[in-house]
Amino acid sequence: MFDNKLQSKIPAGPLAEKWTRHKSDIKVVSPANKRKLEIIVIGTGLGGASAAASLGELGYNVKIFCISDSPRRAHSIAAQGGINAAKNYQNDNDSVYRLFYDTIKGGDYRSREANVYRLAEVSPLIIDQCVAQGVPFAREYGGLLSNRSFGGAQVSRTFYARGQTGQQLLLGAYAALNRQIAEGKVKSYHRHEMLDLVMIDGKAKGIIARNLETGELERHGAHAVVIASGGYGNVFFLSTNAMNSNVSAAIQCYRHGAFFANPCFAQIHPTCIPVHGDQQSKLTLMSESLRNDGRIWVPKKLEDVEKLRKKQLKPSQISEDDRDYYLERRYPAFGNLVPRDVASRAAKERCDAGYGVNETGLAVFLDFSTAIDRLGKKVIAERYGNLFQMYEKITDVNPYEEPMQIYPAIHYTMGGIWVDYNLMTTIPGLYAIGEANFSDHGGNRLGASALMQGLADGYFVLPYTIGDYLSKEIQTPKTDIKDKAFDEAEKQVKEKIDKIFNVKGKQPVDAIHKKLGRVMWEYVGMARNDKGLRKALDLIEEIRREFWSDVLVPGENTEFNQELEKAVRLADFIETGKLMALDALNRRESCGGHFREEMQTEDGETRRDDRNFMYVSAWEYQGEGKDPLLHREPLIYESVRVSTRNYKD
Amino acid sequence: MKFKLKIWRQKNAKAKGQFESFSIENISSDTSFLEMLDILNNRLISEGKEPIAFDHDCREGICGMCSLYINGRAHGPDDDVTTCQLHMRKFRDGDTITIEPWRSAAFPVIRDLAVNRYAFDQILQAGGFVSVNTGGVPDGNAVPIAKPDADEAMDAAACIGCGACVATCKNGSAMLFVAARVSSLAKLPQGRVEATGRAKAMVAKMDELGFGGCTNTQACEAECPKAISISHIARLNREFLCAKLQD
Repeated sequence: MFDNKLQSKIPAGPLAEKWTRHKSDIKVVSPANKRKLEIIVIGTGLGGASAAASLGELGYNVKIFCISDSPRRAHSIAAQGGINAAKNYQNDNDSVYRLFYDTIKGGDYRSREANVYRLAEVSPLIIDQCVAQGVPFAREYGGLLSNRSFGGAQVSRTFYARGQTGQQLLLGAYAALNRQIAEGKVKSYHRHEMLDLVMIDGKAKGIIARNLETGELERHGAHAVVIASGGYGNVFFLSTNAMNSNVSAAIQCYRHGAFFANPCFAQIHPTCIPVHGDQQSKLTLMSESLRNDGRIWVPKKLEDVEKLRKKQLKPSQISEDDRDYYLERRYPAFGNLVPRDVASRAAKERCDAGYGVNETGLAVFLDFSTAIDRLGKKVIAERYGNLFQMYEKITDVNPYEEPMQIYPAIHYTMGGIWVDYNLMTTIPGLYAIGEANFSDHGGNRLGASALMQGLADGYFVLPYTIGDYLSKEIQTPKTDIKDKAFDEAEKQVKEKIDKIFNVKGKQPVDAIHKKLGRVMWEYVGMARNDKGLRKALDLIEEIRREFWSDVLVPGENTEFNQELEKAVRLADFIETGKLMALDALNRRESCGGHFREEMQTEDGETRRDDRNFMYVSAWEYQGEGKDPLLHREPLIYESVRVSTRNYKD
Repeated sequence: MKFKLKIWRQKNAKAKGQFESFSIENISSDTSFLEMLDILNNRLISEGKEPIAFDHDCREGICGMCSLYINGRAHGPDDDVTTCQLHMRKFRDGDTITIEPWRSAAFPVIRDLAVNRYAFDQILQAGGFVSVNTGGVPDGNAVPIAKPDADEAMDAAACIGCGACVATCKNGSAMLFVAARVSSLAKLPQGRVEATGRAKAMVAKMDELGFGGCTNTQACEAECPKAISISHIARLNREFLCAKLQD
């Protein structure tokens, strides 16, 4: 099974010493040489902003690109609940090992031990860093930092800033970035989108970017390129991702030879506001932190379900005895705080059995009445006020009086560009960090761990590991953007854009994207099977043909053209959808967020197949119209005993 | 529901703009305002016309990307929400709705309803940060911070940088935006170290970029989707005066 092309470069030695030893072993670049080196960072979320700021502070010359009008708009801003860190401030016996173990187990034993341990190890530093930047974390009356609990953990290790933790952490990283911009160490390009990677002599050396205001194509050279452009959840059209979140930067890298790992691992978040109709453009998340105090239920009796749907009965009128708190029933040890994949499937199971509580039959209740009785409305408002307000604005229902209705939706993607321990992809000089890479969350990410990973990569891992590569580039002169590799890349981007314009079909981009989304949700969503996945592959091919023969993009290339932006991204979403379906078809086991119906236990839990699938699947592009080639990186567990996830006792 | 829409069209920053009228039907009251524009845009595209450019991203009221001046109000008629959280149930069937971009000298129109707010980034680059590098900082619990101070810092930090305050202000002032950042950092010991220089530098940058002065009309507070209080402007003024007195 060993694959020469996949060198994970995990250092030898005991787990707890690997990162320390590795840091001593890797090379550093002197300040005088850092001044000569250039780094491009794509994306300004937690990963990109923290990396660019830290690299600028170290003395590198950094260029950072974002598609919005400001780095602060990146979708990290929308993360609500919190950030995990092994501080053990609550004296509840938390530790680096426990956070590591919870993350490995939560990921259903499909992530790398060494990467996850490092993540847990640097997590306390992140909190210190953010406090020093002036991030207003929630505090107790004594003035110390407050914590809350999150799914998949039995300790309280989540730091938060009301329901806006992502916003506050991003504003911290963005402020650090602004300081470097002011000092001239980072140059920021807003409303710019990376449309191709440029490689010279097999190394990543620059990008072609489109200025979205003018349509102009620009060439930017560097000694290394860092992809921090987030995940691919918008393949599904409807997701909790921002409307402009896209996978194009990652897919350009994939087309140039960067392997794409575990694409089928997508996270479906259990607590989102249900779909209201076919005019809907996106789904809104209700933070997992709500499961600290909210209890999830559906009626026990189908006749109550009928009455709820006809609005003859209010949920608050259903007596305790007639409610099925199904998570507490099935998973007594973790109750409402089981990991996301488990909670999502349990909601689907109840709704499939006919207990869905709204007209579409695709919703369950998240109820705060017990918590309001216990703690009072004021405490609940303090904890979740902004989320309750958001819910009421969208649904016109007051969650202080009636329970929220929720249903699972696509939220996060654990898969991404394959990286080694140094966060370098299979292309020398090309790095991937944050949600854009695959490395830390295995088959399922725990709540409050995305913020942790983005900032760990950007503040404390990449600034060290990138030095090891750049130490060999100190003699390399500035990349020449007149090189023929840039000519060729720019020509291809231009041809692709012209080709899209020239289709002159009948369907707007959204119409085709919605079709792709429906296929993905139906066959590559919460439950997958052999037949459905094969059908999905056929349908995705049809959608690809439809796109290239019937898409209609108005306007011109040389202007601010949002339809063109969407069209270019959709072409890459189609490619990603195919990768996801192929990977899901290959992975004939159920694990984490990937549920193959053929592989389940008698009581409907996931059944892993460690003997055949304890590996990272890494897909190598083989050219337009050809199926990608599968490489396997075996996962070796030296420190934890691999077992079946158990949240029951 | 059905509506008449009067929407500002402008080809680019240099072109002269004008209103264009549209009518739209079969809109569910649960549809969000931006979804209503999506529906209109997809119709326009199918008819071979150019869709309306507007900024948006997270569609849950936190990224600050969406804007729009709707019937003379920034982010429309609902209180404490951004345009993306506004739903059509807040309008009456048959209403005429006028939609304009943010209008401010400091926010040039890119196209139709989309404007450039890069000036906000520049103000923050002038001093909206704590000058600490990554690494080498004290433990997060080393300095206790009184809960009311942390809470007030968070109140100010809730600003999403959308620009509604500037668009609403008859002077085109960015005082509430600047105050939110200055005040948030001023309430925390980590931010106090550079407090005086920060207030001066950010106010100077705001003036330089063509934002107007504050005459206390309080319109910004009324229209802020995150209900940021003008008490933060009072704190900014205090910080600014103290800094000037030290000169």
